[in-house]
Amino acid sequence: MRNDNDDENLKNPTDNPENPGVSRRDFLKISGISAAVPLVAGPRVIKAAGQRVRVYGPGKVPMEFAINGKSYKANLEPRVTLLDALRDEFELTGAKRVCDRAECGACTVLVDDKPVYACAMLAIEAQHKAITTIESLTRDGKLHPIQQAFVDNDASQCGFCTPGFVVACKAFLDKHPHAGPEEIRRGLSGNLCRCGTYAGIRKAIAQVAQKGA
Amino acid sequence: MPDYAWPDAQHRTLIGTRVSRVDSPAKVSGQAKYTYDVHQPGMLYGKVLRCPYAHAKIVSLDTSAAEKMPGVKAVHIVQGPGTTIHWAGDEIVAVAAVDEPTAEDAIRLIKVEYKQLEHLVSDAEPPKSGVQEEGPLSMDTIDDMLDNQVPAGQMVSQIQQYGITEKPSEDTLNGLKEDGASDAVLDALRTAAVHAEVASKLPSSYQKAAAQTTGDPEKAFAEAAVVSEGLYGIPVITHCCLESHGSISEWTDPDHLFTHISTQNVSGIPGQMAESLKMPATNIRVHEDHIGGGFGSKFSPDRWGIFTAEISKKAGGKPVRIMLERDAELEVAGARPSAYARVKVGATKDGTVVAWQSNSWGTGGPGGGGMPPIPYVFSIPNQRQEHIAIRNNIGPARAWRAPNHPQAAVLTMCALDDLAAKLNMDPAEFFGKNLNLTKQRESTYREELAIASELMDWKQKWHPRTRIASGDMTRGVGLSFHTWGGRGHASDCDLTIHPDGSVDIKLGTQDLGTGTRTCILIVASETLGIPMEAIQLQIGDTTYPPSGGSGGSTTIGGVSSSTRRAAADARDALFAKVAPALNTQPDQLECVNGKVSVKGDSSRSLSWKEACSKLGVMPLTIRGKNPDKSKPPDLTNSGVGGVQMAEVEVDTDTGVVKVKKMVAVQDCGLVIDLKTAETQCYGALIMGISYSLYEEKVMDPTTGRMLNSDMGFYRLAGLSDIPELVVHMMTGKGYDERGVIGLGEPPVISPGAAISNAVANAIGVRVPFLPLTPDPVLAALEQKAGA
Repeated sequence: MRNDNDDENLKNPTDNPENPGVSRRDFLKISGISAAVPLVAGPRVIKAAGQRVRVYGPGKVPMEFAINGKSYKANLEPRVTLLDALRDEFELTGAKRVCDRAECGACTVLVDDKPVYACAMLAIEAQHKAITTIESLTRDGKLHPIQQAFVDNDASQCGFCTPGFVVACKAFLDKHPHAGPEEIRRGLSGNLCRCGTYAGIRKAIAQVAQKGA
Repeated sequence: MPDYAWPDAQHRTLIGTRVSRVDSPAKVSGQAKYTYDVHQPGMLYGKVLRCPYAHAKIVSLDTSAAEKMPGVKAVHIVQGPGTTIHWAGDEIVAVAAVDEPTAEDAIRLIKVEYKQLEHLVSDAEPPKSGVQEEGPLSMDTIDDMLDNQVPAGQMVSQIQQYGITEKPSEDTLNGLKEDGASDAVLDALRTAAVHAEVASKLPSSYQKAAAQTTGDPEKAFAEAAVVSEGLYGIPVITHCCLESHGSISEWTDPDHLFTHISTQNVSGIPGQMAESLKMPATNIRVHEDHIGGGFGSKFSPDRWGIFTAEISKKAGGKPVRIMLERDAELEVAGARPSAYARVKVGATKDGTVVAWQSNSWGTGGPGGGGMPPIPYVFSIPNQRQEHIAIRNNIGPARAWRAPNHPQAAVLTMCALDDLAAKLNMDPAEFFGKNLNLTKQRESTYREELAIASELMDWKQKWHPRTRIASGDMTRGVGLSFHTWGGRGHASDCDLTIHPDGSVDIKLGTQDLGTGTRTCILIVASETLGIPMEAIQLQIGDTTYPPSGGSGGSTTIGGVSSSTRRAAADARDALFAKVAPALNTQPDQLECVNGKVSVKGDSSRSLSWKEACSKLGVMPLTIRGKNPDKSKPPDLTNSGVGGVQMAEVEVDTDTGVVKVKKMVAVQDCGLVIDLKTAETQCYGALIMGISYSLYEEKVMDPTTGRMLNSDMGFYRLAGLSDIPELVVHMMTGKGYDERGVIGLGEPPVISPGAAISNAVANAIGVRVPFLPLTPDPVLAALEQKAGA
């Protein structure tokens, strides 16, 4: 369930081809330095681990996102997570904040079609990637087949884990359209429910997997 | 007078069928708005500085740097210097700022000096000495007893026997009344002897909370052919609601507060906030569309609900959001009391249980807590119980689905299961033999036991503990019984029929994910004779008629009864207006599928819309109530029984327990929506697997803090832990005519006992305490090998 793009370069709106960008590892290495720099508006360029890297913040920096096929802009601190940006800046509140540390899956969104815990990805890292949230699954008032299967099989109670589960199911079924029970058991272990709706969820996924998503 | 009685089976079209949850589409599409999702213009973000110590005194506090920080709009001292803090994570200072990062930074600038005090976070078996004897009861103890549903008669006798530590004011008595104290208890408090000298004594951490004897246990044990002794227990666990506790408050003008709060008790919140905020309850509006879990932990606005309103006022009335962080949610926002016991049970040679003795203890945090109702379900003729409450610094307890019953089930059913093993009896047969001890539920349990046995294939799967399969993997089965009340609470419902045919219903209730919305619409639709889609339902606001808090499985009985009465009266009032147009008497009319017609003559009819036009220009609003003795019959009832069975597989090399199958057979009177009722049972089984195998609030004795206050280490069961689940609802004759009874609590009671018994059956030895993690399973196996 983790985003496996760890080594991919951090892209940003003013990226230029000569700039090698900064990997997450380097970002962590230099974070001590960046915390000490005074408030500046634009990125500073410093040398870290033998490379020239841009340093953003502290303070808000302009960011741009592609969410559900639309463009969104906001000034955010680099420490703001993708989840908080979605919820508090863009009012896309389908993804829920529950554990806030990549343990429960209630904030699952798709980033470049891969399921990601939005609480564990910084908004600044998510720029210019294709972000898909639960809000985009219903088209013209018609539920996605996975959503309909959740309704048919009563796969939600309080419903707080449900949007994250639906997105995770979509990502799983896109990859394994005819998954069997054992694959379903393993494939959806990254999302937790407190009310205990797994029985309905299991039936819902099986229903879609049988038909093919 | 209209016939309010529930229609019988052949006259029902919706009630008792499988109807899909009406709010599912909103939930699956992310459109359902929870308190955490509310985003008001200009909203400020609140953060809370919490005490890192389990027991400490605040020496000094300096918030000046936080106050000066740009972006900080208000700083509010919750507990100031001189205050003693009794658990880690308690609130000290709240800050509201323009965004969350700023609020977090501001919190870090606050300086607090604490004087650490000695703490206790253990709930291990109390020492032999140092236990405070029973004595005069404090008002806190009375409060605890109410929380723990101690029967009124028992409370009265204790108050009369021991007296009280202070004379309660009328305000205090009113408060207790709101908390559920009966008039008998209040009268006993008014006339009780007051022993003020005792109040000043420092209470011991260990307090004898109950000691009672029924029959002659000594004689019964002496005469019993078989006596079994064992140690059993169930730890403190948390509620772990996925939507944490919290609220968004704003002052719409200097005198009016508007609060969005995650609560199980919409109608009851203003009254609880008014006193603290020194304002009339009528000036407080509460709203909640959806709630992300409560499980008994969200009845009060909580201290943080109050200071969210206070800090909003300091910030000029702007909306302020304070939702608990996950660690705080697990540390301070809800815990189920633990219960442990050394139990001795005796039976005659043929397996008739004759004697019970228990020495139990447990903690509900600083309040101590009461004794679970043991022996549970089975009224053993000779019994002696002693309970010691441990007051410690783990944080306060709250009601957790079926308060005290899962604990009672584990302590009772595991002890009885061990007795059956000692008798070399099949537990299904042993429990069946003693079902007369369950009194008025006997026939229900007998029927349920037979059905459960068949669904589990019990006869094939059960084996004596002595006959355990060789090899690493071993299987076993276990069972348990449970009971609950579940009578409907007070509920008012306004149903309006408009002259254009549209219909709306308003109740100040809430839907916890139990299907409340769906059930209200089913009842209204069935009663009016129009489709569910033709009715608009609004709940979750204090501008609607009040409905009780959703706790103790009381909601469905309450809202279905008030809705039924409102709909029946509204329908008949409409018929009175329509009858002349159809040249008949009102009692000759019926409405089926949105068509109002003369009974037995469908040619004389009007569409629902045409019929409603006869109302003239004014809409018709009818208030339905529960309870309402003037409009019989009673539509709700109390008292259910359930039987559950578990099959487990234990890896004796690793100690890993896997549940392979669970069966739940449950009655709850008349089922309104079979689909959501079954879901409630599936969910309860899953929650039960979770607390049986994984959950425990682990406290660090050194620091006094919770060690697993996150969802990585506070484990919940996941999809891969879920076995085959079979749910069977008892419906039809003998059940339906009892009326509507709640279902939230009962099915979550038995899983702990059933799973523990299945493990004992699988490995031939009792693992004393839940959760059944590998470590204690291996320890039990080792002890058995050494024995």
